[in-house]
Amino acid sequence: MAQRTIIPFGPQHPVLPEPIHLDLVLEDEKVIEAIPSVGFIHRGLELLCKKKSFTDMVLVAERICGICSFIHSVGFCQGVEKIMNLEIPERAQYLRVFWGELSRVHSHLLWLGLAADAVGFESLFMHAWRVREKVLDIFEETTGGRVIFGASKVGGIRKDINSETLVTIADKLTDIENDYRALADVFSKDYTIAHRWSGVGCVSKEDAYNLGAVGPTVRASGIKQDLRELRYGGYQFMDFTPIVETAGDCYARALVRVKEVYQSIDLMRQVLNKIPDGAIDIKVTGFPTGEFFSRVEQPRGEVVYYLKGDGTNFLDRFRIRTPTFANIPALLKMLAGCDFADVPAIVLSIDPCISCTER
Amino acid sequence: MFETQEITNIALNDLLPQVHHLAQEKYRLVQISCTEQQDNFCLDYTFDKAYKFYDLRVLLPIKEAALPSISGEFFAAFLYENEIHDLFGIKFSGLALDYGGKFYRIEKPAPFRTNPEEKTE
Repeated sequence: MAQRTIIPFGPQHPVLPEPIHLDLVLEDEKVIEAIPSVGFIHRGLELLCKKKSFTDMVLVAERICGICSFIHSVGFCQGVEKIMNLEIPERAQYLRVFWGELSRVHSHLLWLGLAADAVGFESLFMHAWRVREKVLDIFEETTGGRVIFGASKVGGIRKDINSETLVTIADKLTDIENDYRALADVFSKDYTIAHRWSGVGCVSKEDAYNLGAVGPTVRASGIKQDLRELRYGGYQFMDFTPIVETAGDCYARALVRVKEVYQSIDLMRQVLNKIPDGAIDIKVTGFPTGEFFSRVEQPRGEVVYYLKGDGTNFLDRFRIRTPTFANIPALLKMLAGCDFADVPAIVLSIDPCISCTER
Repeated sequence: MFETQEITNIALNDLLPQVHHLAQEKYRLVQISCTEQQDNFCLDYTFDKAYKFYDLRVLLPIKEAALPSISGEFFAAFLYENEIHDLFGIKFSGLALDYGGKFYRIEKPAPFRTNPEEKTE
């Protein structure tokens, strides 16, 4: 039997913008087991519901993550709106879809850049983030913010987009799509990338489901699971079918994200074509009484917010289960038996967001 | 449009049989969460099958703070149970992977428990 060695991976590592720690148990160059630990930057945001009113908590929810901030605020608002039986205007629902899908493009482009950098493809990384800048410009033009923009609120949205701007956005989406096509072709056709990620970090369809994986991680293993199929909010008006790959390896997870960027652009176009005129919010009176598990699809997968109101200005309970946390069991499965040199690629392939996990 | 959610309150003794039934029915584990109430911990075991939401709710007296693990039926539960152990101090028997309180790198044991006198560690 080969000698066993324990190698610490993280909390600081070039592929980890945020801290998570893995103790890797190795036999020669093979990983036998990975033991995770978290909590290095735990912020206790959930307990803030005792000190911030339920309307102010939207802004806290938005700060759970700096990448998918807007969708966090939508998930929170959706939960409170369900508890309070609020039906928000259709225009607000459409615009939530628009900014949500723009956030998904932003997140996937960010990940594609990081993934390119991790395989040493520096120019591809820079091009991915160059296109991402154009996405951030649309955020800035429509909300005034590039990362945190406070556009969602309980009862609707705070900011509208006028019809002239919607027309110019359609042109900008075409420009982004044209730029992105060159990038996407490299990810889907380049021999080096396919060779580096194919057959690495495999998780079977059965394992992905049984281990509770979510988002691109589960869809890359052949499971058609996407919370947008629940048709929550404005997704009830959209034509949408989840992107699925079947290989279950790092490359399949990348391809799901590559294709989802096109899908998100299509969803935004549907918004631009169908968005009705009208109000963007409704007046909210009273306080939430009741409970709801609000579920939405983040770029990294299903996120769950448990909200409970007791008829006061402050929520009684607020709990969050983030997609990265749900993907850790699948990650441990991918790592068991892999080569030590493949660990960074595998960890990156689930698009870990420790900021979300350390809510 | 909001999804319909089914939340079922069960006794602690019914937890494993109910979870076994859901495993046989090929549900997936969505999450396990814990919140502290006056004299009880409220544990929610959330499952999903083809977007059908199902939640089992167990009230656990704070003074007991121990219950069986469901990681034998749903392996992924070990992560949530280690988290709940580290944040609330609840002990799970039969954990498939027990990190022994080292999953969360935090200095203070069971920081999510409001009454320090009740802490088990």
